[in-house]
Formats: sequence, C-alpha cells, structure tokens
Amino acid sequence: MSSKNRKLSYSLAINEALHQMMAKDKSVFLIGQGVKSPWYVGNTARGLLEKFGSQRIIDTPVSENAITGAAVGSAISGMRPVVVHPRMDFMLYAMDPIINQAANWYYMCGGKMSVPVVIWGIINRGGEQAAQHSQAFHGLFAHIPGLKVVMPSTPYDAKGLMISAIKDDNPVVFIDDRWLYAVEDYVPEEIYSVPIGKGIVRRKGKDVTLAAVSFMANESIKAAEELEKEGIDVEVIDLRSVKPIDRNLLLKSVKKTGKLVVADVGWKSFGFSAEVSALVCESGYLKLPVIRVALPDCPAPASRTLEKEYYPDYKKIVAAVKKILRK
Amino acid sequence: MKKYSKDFLESLYRTMLRIRFVEESFVEPIIKGEIKTACHLYSGEEAIATGICAVLTKNDCIFGNHRSHGHYLARGGSMKTMIAEIYGKSTGCSRGRGGSMHLCAPENNMLGAAPIVAGTISLALGSALASKIKNEKKVSVSFFGDGATGEGVLYESLNFAALKKLPIIFACENNFYSTHMPIKECRPNNDIYKIAQPFGIKSFRVDGNDVLKVYEVAKKSVEMCRDSNGPVFIEFLTYRLRGHVGADDNIQGTRTDIRPKSEISKWQKKDPIKKFEKYLIKNKILDTIRLTSLHKSVRKEVEKAHEFAKASPYPKESELTNYVFKE
Repeated sequence: MSSKNRKLSYSLAINEALHQMMAKDKSVFLIGQGVKSPWYVGNTARGLLEKFGSQRIIDTPVSENAITGAAVGSAISGMRPVVVHPRMDFMLYAMDPIINQAANWYYMCGGKMSVPVVIWGIINRGGEQAAQHSQAFHGLFAHIPGLKVVMPSTPYDAKGLMISAIKDDNPVVFIDDRWLYAVEDYVPEEIYSVPIGKGIVRRKGKDVTLAAVSFMANESIKAAEELEKEGIDVEVIDLRSVKPIDRNLLLKSVKKTGKLVVADVGWKSFGFSAEVSALVCESGYLKLPVIRVALPDCPAPASRTLEKEYYPDYKKIVAAVKKILRK
Repeated sequence: MKKYSKDFLESLYRTMLRIRFVEESFVEPIIKGEIKTACHLYSGEEAIATGICAVLTKNDCIFGNHRSHGHYLARGGSMKTMIAEIYGKSTGCSRGRGGSMHLCAPENNMLGAAPIVAGTISLALGSALASKIKNEKKVSVSFFGDGATGEGVLYESLNFAALKKLPIIFACENNFYSTHMPIKECRPNNDIYKIAQPFGIKSFRVDGNDVLKVYEVAKKSVEMCRDSNGPVFIEFLTYRLRGHVGADDNIQGTRTDIRPKSEISKWQKKDPIKKFEKYLIKNKILDTIRLTSLHKSVRKEVEKAHEFAKASPYPKESELTNYVFKE
C-alpha cells in the first residue's frame, strides 16, 4: 500500500497513470505530437518511450485530423488509445473524428461498437501567446452528446480521472491545464479511479455555493479562504467532470445556500458557467441571481497588461461573492 | 487464362447479383416514400466490393462511406437486418439508429460506414495501426469515392500509413462524380491513382467493372499488406448507374438525372454484372438455366428480406436516448 504522504506533481500524476495503465493493459497506447519530446507535453510522457517502445508511444507528424481519426479507428477495433493534443487549439483540426465519428459512433451503430478513446487536450495559455495558443474548449465538447469531458484540478484527480478515462468504454475528452502542472499534492501509488461525473465538495460552507472547475477550482479555494477572514462561509464545489455534470451535488449545495457563483476557465457565453447557471435556475432553489466569473467573450490577447485583465483570479471570485451578498 | 473454380466464380456472381437486386429493390419504396433514409445506391459498382471482399479473411476490417450497401453485403453482412435498418426498424443492423448511411456488421469486421466524405479513411488507418501494434497481420480496407480526394485528411492518412508501413488498402471507387460535380470540375487531372505515389505508396488503377481484375489486384494488395509491404492505393474506374442519392438523382425521387444520356448509356454497356455473365457463359462456367435459377433464388431472398423488414417493429419512442453512452 502506498504511503499516505507521498506527494507528486499534477503532471507526474498523469505520467504515473499512463505508466500504470499501459503496463496493466496491452491495448492502451499513447499517440500524438511530442510524446517523445522531453518538453512538449511537460513531463507527462517521461520514461514512457523507454519503457514501452515506439510501437506504443507514437510521436506523429502534425496531422491532427488523421491521427485522432486513427486513434478513434483503433478504439473501434479493440484498442484503448490515448491521443494527446499538446495545445488544444490544434485539436480543432480533429473535430470530425471527435464529434462526427467518435461521439456518434456508439449511437449510430445501435450500441454494437463503442469507442474507448481518451482525447487529451492541454490548455497551454498565458505567456503572451495570444489567441491560438490559449483556448479552453470544454464547453464546446461538452455540448456534444456522446462525449464525456473531465477537467481535474488536483494531482489526485488528474491521476484518478486519467485512469477512469482510459477504462471508460466511451470517448472521454480529458482536459488539463499547464498552469496546474507544478501543483504538488498527495497521490496514491496504486491504481485508483476518480469516478467520471462526480464532483467533490472542497470546502463546506453555508452562505454561498461556489461552483468551479479545473484551475478555477483552486482559485475558488483561495477565494473562500480570503472570504473566511471576513466571516463569509463559502461552499466550494469542484465539479471535476464537465460532462456528465454532478447535478445532485450542485443542487444539494444550492438548496442549502440559495446562492450561486460559478467560476470557469472558459468564455462566459454558452459554456460551462452558462450550463451550471441554467440547471441551478431550473431547480428553483435560488434566492438571488447567479454571478458568473469567466473569460470575457474575447479572444486571448498577447500583451501582459491585457492578459492580466483577461484571466480572472481569486480576487474576481471574492468580489463576485461579496456582490451577491451585497457586502 | 487464369483458372478459377466454378464455385468461386459462382459466388462472385451471386454476391454481385445480391447487391444489385437489393439496390434495385429500394427504388420503388423510395419513390413511394416508404423508405425515407437517404439511400446512395451502389448499382453499377458491385464488382469492386465483391472482388475485394472475396480476398479478405475473417479478421480483416473494412470501413465504408455513404454508399456502402454493397460493402456491407459483400463482407457478409445480413441482408435482412440491412433492409430492416433502411426501413428504420428495431431489427436493423444498427437498431434503427443509423439508417442507410451507418450500416455495420462488426461480427464480420465491417466496422461501420459514415457519410462525412473521407471521414472513415482515418478510422481504417486506426484499425491498420491496431493490427501493427498487436502484430496481428490483419488488413484494413478503406472504401471512399473520388470526391474524397478533395479532403485533406486523405493526404494526412496516406503520409502516416506510408511512414508507418501500415497494412491498409486505400480503395478509391472513382465513379467520376462527386455528388453532382463531374470530376473535371473537381480536379485538375483525372489520375487519382497517382496521388499516393509521392508518398512512396504502391498504386494501381484498374477497371472497377471487371470483378476478376478487381479480385486480382486486391489479392496482390492484400498479400503485400500481410507481408508488411503496405500500404497500397487502388483506383477503381466505375460508374453509378443511378444518381447520387435516392432512386435516380440528386433530389430523392425526382428522377431528373443531370448526367449526359450518352454517358449513361455508354456505361450501361459496361455493366459489371452483364460483363461477368458474358464471361461465365462464354467459358461455360454457368449456363442460362443456372443463371435463371440463381436470379430466382436471389430475388426470393430479397423479397423475404423486405417482408422481414416490413413486419419488424419500429424502435420504441421510450428508447430514443439508448446508446448515447455505453454503461
């Protein structure tokens, strides 16, 4: 059994999930750009090529459409591939195999063939990289029937959700964020699963429900700590899976608090924060209007001054909670 | 002349006849509106699916496209369940969720079909990759039309297949029309088989209306793939005797074919089934009595399949959302 205090970084937690699942199941393989590079995908692919060889660790030309399609096709014929897109922005070239093919396949064939593929997209933003090296598309993929979308915020969840995604018989879009790669926390050494579709209460509270995902879940915890100093008791929910979303957990909390702030790493309109707001509104538990903390409906800028304005942090969440409480 | 067994030649003829009779059996129900799913009939192209599938062994995989009734039948898919699918019945091969354009017979490694032009090429690339990773020596065949040569993913797939020496046959059925567009309005030249050559892929062009020529080139190609000398690209010259979709033409049921009459009648004279009949009679393989009895038995089989389909229930409304995710 693993030591209770073994710490691992977020990126190495993903790396450990890949090592363990590839050792356990010969049908698992990793394909995508940069998987043999020491830096392209952070250190998430460390040691994989040496251990499993180039038959199962396949670095590829820049051909996102065909490579993602190949991953999907191999899943249809019995493999459990993980296809990585080191920058999610490039994943848009693969919309056909992801949406038209993978997401629809099980339904289109009346449940006769499933597509156990993990489509791993890395959000790689900041650093004045501008609009095409910054985007998070979880709202877009979560819109599509047949796709599951997960976004871990902690090393524990990163490993557990990668393992669940690989074991799942459906296409799972696994989205991580380079801003989380250095975060260190307790990660069990053995194989374990974090269930897809289950969120978690990161901090219990009674005044306001703060629902978040990915990087913004961590910012939400920081915000809650700040607010505690002022006597405001916030309940922080990290949804972990965007789709299926943990509706029960969310509604249970809002039933108690009657107030909701949503914090997202994506754009405000038509995305995660819109969906969370809508389903909470439908419940009838809200006593006050929702406030959303999200990216403005604007492409990512380059210049540092604009970037600072563009990406919300815990301070914006603190302000949103205070606004809802009229403090 | 090459020696083929009588049984073998008769089975080729029977397969082509089954495809033709099934396709023609849809014309009336389409015009009457009993069949609504968009049917892209394969009449005139039967020799290609028949000749290729005659070479394949049980574990080899095929992927089809929008015009895949013939691929499905030639690969051994059940006629009854295919026709039921086209009537939208719960007994259909895709349980009424796929319709004409999403036939599948995974039990025969017909792994599916999809109408996004070139959308399944990369899926076949993936099943070929799976075969290589597992060292299974199974060959994948991707069926696509001349229209697919306008899609970028084809070239990505050719490059990757050549790079990794994958056991895949790119089977391009060139019927000279991409929906309503004649090939000369889509491509600067007509030499499709040459597109794979810059990738170092062995390429052939053959008469797609001559089942024995198709069989021979497929045999050679499958052997190459099995001996790790794949991929192979084959262009089959053929013609659809009916329109792009529906009974006769682009708009289902209107019977206003836009192609020149002289062109159609020229190709009617090259009908692959009539051509093969002449060969069989000339070489005293089958006599007219045997031909007549074959026609009769296939016609009976098709009638029975329609009866089965018509008598089958539609899917239950309460089961609309089954098969979105595999549980």
